[in-house]
Amino acid sequence: MSKKEALFSKKNKKLITDPLDSDNPVTVQVLGICSALAITVQLKPAIVMAISVLVVLSVANVVISLMRKLIPSRIRIIVQLVVIATLVILVDQILKAYVYDVSKELSVFVGLIITNCIIMGRLEAFGMANGPWKSFLDGLGNSFGYAWILIAVAFFRELLGSGTLYGYPVLEEIGLYNLGYENNGMMILPPMALITVGIIIWIQRVKNKDLVESK
Amino acid sequence: MDVNKNSYTFGFAAIMVIVVAVILSGTSIILKDAQYSNVELEKKQNILRSVGVNVNRDQAAIEYPVYIKEELVLNHLGEIINNLSAFDVDLSKEVKKSIVEDDENIPLEERTSLLPLYISEVEGETKYIIPLRGKGLWGPIWGFISFNADLNTVFAAVFDHKAETPGLGAEINTSLFQDVFQGKTIFEKGEFVSIFVQKGGSNGDIHKVDGISGGTITSDGVTDMLNERLKRYLPYFRLMEDNKEEKEVSAAMQAVNIDEKRDTISNIGKRIVD
Repeated sequence: MSKKEALFSKKNKKLITDPLDSDNPVTVQVLGICSALAITVQLKPAIVMAISVLVVLSVANVVISLMRKLIPSRIRIIVQLVVIATLVILVDQILKAYVYDVSKELSVFVGLIITNCIIMGRLEAFGMANGPWKSFLDGLGNSFGYAWILIAVAFFRELLGSGTLYGYPVLEEIGLYNLGYENNGMMILPPMALITVGIIIWIQRVKNKDLVESK
Repeated sequence: MDVNKNSYTFGFAAIMVIVVAVILSGTSIILKDAQYSNVELEKKQNILRSVGVNVNRDQAAIEYPVYIKEELVLNHLGEIINNLSAFDVDLSKEVKKSIVEDDENIPLEERTSLLPLYISEVEGETKYIIPLRGKGLWGPIWGFISFNADLNTVFAAVFDHKAETPGLGAEINTSLFQDVFQGKTIFEKGEFVSIFVQKGGSNGDIHKVDGISGGTITSDGVTDMLNERLKRYLPYFRLMEDNKEEKEVSAAMQAVNIDEKRDTISNIGKRIVD
């Protein structure tokens, strides 16, 4: 990176915009699928998870980027894991003390954040090779890319599976049940998360032909 | 500096571990009090919710002494152990204890699993609150269930969990699941049957509640927890029942005596009139 490069140069902006679509961590790189499956039954946990990943990924990416010249390459994966785990525990402890309700919401996902492949993937592929600012942007971009998929999946699963959005009974309010509509219980079950992600990938590839593998 | 030398790798790992340990234990010590008070307040909040009193966490501390009158600790014979408070009993440890043979050399508190029991008064009626703890799919589940004075009919129940699957097993902490416990009974013709969380629906059975679709293992966990915990309070229930009968008998005896006295007085009156 030349010294004169602007903070939001074209290249840096791409760090944020690419992971949203053409280099999306979930739909293109197919990382972090486990958590996309586990916590997208409702919108609220999905949003909490997205925010937690955002914090952990951007900070971990910066920390690793700052240490990248000091880390012995043979134990670099362990170092990355320790950094992630430390951050996750710190965040969890602070939430438990000051925003207890959020921490209860998050409790089950703490382990999932540590094992989220996106974070490890970004630290290994980007943080280890780039400066702190770029790493921070890369962390943000990938978190957003992860977040929107998560929230989109959760939106459809909660709406079709439970008839609510963020716990608010939308379908009951508009009186759909009186017309004989029933919730689709299958949407609550894990397989439908994969199918929903699959549909998103399908739509994305129809729109963006570059992503389709040549035969 | 060669970052790939063995000595450097070891040094780096050692320093990293120490730094991380210091950071984490430091945070833990600093935040401990705030976290503990949150947990304690939540427990009070849950106990209050189990007798139908819904307050937020900050109010829980104020409302708790208003509603909760007694915090008893029982032994496995249903006898009250003095100078112990139900609130201080750590149920996660107690559930692991099994009742040891009656060895007089060991103090009672150590060979019996302590059974906490809260007695509450809501709108002039006595409610008995029994804390629960058991296993869900991913981790512990717990709750409080309150009974009417007949020690049979459920007044209300609350459940919570550490790590059940959101949207599935985790639904046990929603009112949708908890409210159906109200009015269920745990005895059938004097026999203890507990309450079952039934896969496929309760179909109006007085001892069953609806299970959660996709949350069968958590539902079964709730069933096991209710059965295992409530069973241990049976000696106490029996003692209470006996006491009640004694009271009723003595009350009846008194009534008879009073009647007899009235009888003689009116007879005397009659005779005088005669």
